[in-house]
Amino acid sequence: MEGATVDAAARAVPLVQMRNIDKSFPGVRALSQAQFELMPGEVHALMGENGAGKSTLMKVLSGVYDRDAGEVLLDGKAVEITSPRQAQDAGISIIHQELALMRDLTAAQNIFIGREPRRFGILDERQLNRDTAAIFKSMNLNLEPTVLVETLTIAKQQMVEIAKALSYRSRVLIMDEPTAALNDAEIAELFAIINRLKAEGVGIVYISHKMDEIKRISDRVTVMRDGEYVGTVPAAETPIETIISMMVGRTLNTEAHAIPDTSGQPVALEVKGLNRGREIRDVSFSVRQGEILGFAGLMGAGRTEVARAIFGADRKESGEIWVHGERVGITAPRDAVSKGIGYLSEDRKLFGLATGMDVRNNIALASLERFTNPAGVLDEAGMEKSARDYIRQLAIKTPSDTQEARLLSGGNQQKVVIAKWLLRDCDILIFDEPTRGIDVGAKSEIYKLLNNLAAQGKAIIVISSELPEILRLSHRIAVMCEGRLTGILPGDASQEEIMRLATMREAAMRPDAERKIA
Amino acid sequence: MTDTAAPAQKSGIRMTGAFHRLLAFSGLIALVVVFSLASPNFMQTQNILAILQATAVNGVLAIAVTLVIITGGIDLSVGTLMTFCAVIAGVFLTYWGLPMPIGILGAILAGAASGLISGTVVAKLKVPPFIATLGMMLILKGLSLVISGTRPIYFNDTPGFNQIALGSVVGQIIPAVPVPNGVMILFLVALLTAFILGKTALGRYTFALGSNEEAVRLSGVNVDRWKIGVYALSGAIVGVGGVLIASRLNSAQPALGQGYELEAIAAVVIGGTSLSGGRGTVLGTLIGALIISVLANGLRILSVAQEWQTVVTGTIIILAVYADILRRRKL
Repeated sequence: MEGATVDAAARAVPLVQMRNIDKSFPGVRALSQAQFELMPGEVHALMGENGAGKSTLMKVLSGVYDRDAGEVLLDGKAVEITSPRQAQDAGISIIHQELALMRDLTAAQNIFIGREPRRFGILDERQLNRDTAAIFKSMNLNLEPTVLVETLTIAKQQMVEIAKALSYRSRVLIMDEPTAALNDAEIAELFAIINRLKAEGVGIVYISHKMDEIKRISDRVTVMRDGEYVGTVPAAETPIETIISMMVGRTLNTEAHAIPDTSGQPVALEVKGLNRGREIRDVSFSVRQGEILGFAGLMGAGRTEVARAIFGADRKESGEIWVHGERVGITAPRDAVSKGIGYLSEDRKLFGLATGMDVRNNIALASLERFTNPAGVLDEAGMEKSARDYIRQLAIKTPSDTQEARLLSGGNQQKVVIAKWLLRDCDILIFDEPTRGIDVGAKSEIYKLLNNLAAQGKAIIVISSELPEILRLSHRIAVMCEGRLTGILPGDASQEEIMRLATMREAAMRPDAERKIA
Repeated sequence: MTDTAAPAQKSGIRMTGAFHRLLAFSGLIALVVVFSLASPNFMQTQNILAILQATAVNGVLAIAVTLVIITGGIDLSVGTLMTFCAVIAGVFLTYWGLPMPIGILGAILAGAASGLISGTVVAKLKVPPFIATLGMMLILKGLSLVISGTRPIYFNDTPGFNQIALGSVVGQIIPAVPVPNGVMILFLVALLTAFILGKTALGRYTFALGSNEEAVRLSGVNVDRWKIGVYALSGAIVGVGGVLIASRLNSAQPALGQGYELEAIAAVVIGGTSLSGGRGTVLGTLIGALIISVLANGLRILSVAQEWQTVVTGTIIILAVYADILRRRKL
């Protein structure tokens, strides 16, 4: 069936053509000579690693970003799309990963927000609901127009978003990770609607990391890497291996890193059968003292969720956590901290750092009790001394220990948070995206620091979405996909091996899954 | 008075905090100068003491609210809690005839207990502080009326009770400056609170909670416990305010209280404490409370109608916050 569509599409005029698109942000080249083409009635998958430029390219198409160079053609005619509004008028709609619905309004009110039918200046609710019902009917969707959005499942909310897009008579529908929050039945429902839209000639851009879905639903696959166009291949005939190697294709000059043998070291942290809903499914692993365990996976694979559950920041449904051979009950971060576990969150500004406070207080924040004398007064001199020790030890660049934390660079803010945990005597450290928002020079400094900490016998978990970072640091690599640990690889694993595990749905459950799909 | 800025606020924040205090302080000085020039009666010792006396209760309440506001919360219950504490003192002293220190302690503990409840509702039940303390405000108002039987309780049987606010220990030593005890109590409360904010873990967590509560939680700190602690301390300070008002009126007036919380919050805001939490000073709040009193007193001396006084106060509040916004835009 897919093959037939491709043949038919080849003869028609493309709905969308994007040629040689360039886009730079300060300091970053996000797109370089990017290409994309979409036929009427085609589902075209757009793939690439995190940061490959997929979303940026689609934001150019939907008018969120202006391009620096290149051209965009609709129905073969060059167009200038400079605002989301213009894109909408041209029939291009984007369905964001984070749904953009107003939860307290009804489905119909959401769909026609800003262009409600009126009679003599008064909102015509009846007309509104009639129009909405007509759209739902065309989608074969069984939903009341008057239902409150907040009562709907994520899947149904997505349907409302699609209905909204259709109400604009969209001919191009961009879906960004539409199945991220859906279960299998809901995915089937979504695919049924996608197939119906296809039959009506709507072109669909399908951004996803999930190989089996791409195989099931799409006609062609375009792969991007580092903001550049790699190639376009038919989905059905191309083996998964080929697509993966297109995605990771670059040869990295990853300096071969020494992987110390830590198999003789005692286990510092062991996690057994960790579960929480659909985010964490039966995750078990262990880290030894002196070991760096990398956590690889695509966005939404559940790595941060695992870290937060271990740390007690989020509740867990079941599972055991053992620290230094002893089972511990952790229900709040303070329990984890008292067991020597420190967590350096993904978003330092939001979760890790009291940005308005100075460096000294941030370093001491987890250890204030230690600096309190029996009378309850803080030992400011002791805090200053400890802070200065760590500023020197970790080479934190700050004019003084009384500098406000928010004024430091990203790398140095990260070091302040590391210092906080070291001062608290933590010997199990979980780093969530340790180098996000940190420039290249500071990155290698953080890497060096992590290696030193491991050499001192700390057990370290590094969650990272950047494969080169994982490969450079890890002694072993745990890979997650959709809440499951799909495998643990040695530190010298190849990018292809990691990507395969990272895109393998339920691979842990069905070892033969890959063969079936291929 | 000592520097009441927390050491946590050194460097950048301290500079800006100092700037705002400077602004509030210069505002205060400007008001004093204007009123002195406008009326020879303003700068009389008697009048200055009256201004200070009028500041005592609002100042104490404002300091209590400052603590909660620095954590990023708000407390609407301080006005009626003050009354409730006064009523408790009345019950202890007039109804039960207990000794005066017990009555004072009872009032302060009642305040702390109420703060404990507000804090628990906010921290454990996750009810937004505005709602939690709005509820407490009404609950306490009702309880005061119930306990007192809606009638004022007089302290005529407790000799010396009105001396708590109105007497002057200072005046006995230096007759030239008979500073009322109420004012001295305000200063003591201010010093003690500034010390707690600046020098203790409780104070440090107060700022940290307002600065980034999630970061504090992820640091393994028992956030709930400390937050409840702040509310309880704040309540205890309100208890002191309850004793002051009862002493000044020589009675517990159960119908009184509502509206005091807004005047207290006004003083805090004029004093440069950020309503979004994370920064604020006791000294600033003190200056804010003084500005309100000086304004009220000065306008009265100039025979401006009472109605207009509140208009001016409202304008000052908006100007004070706008000045803060202007300053931050420049940063």
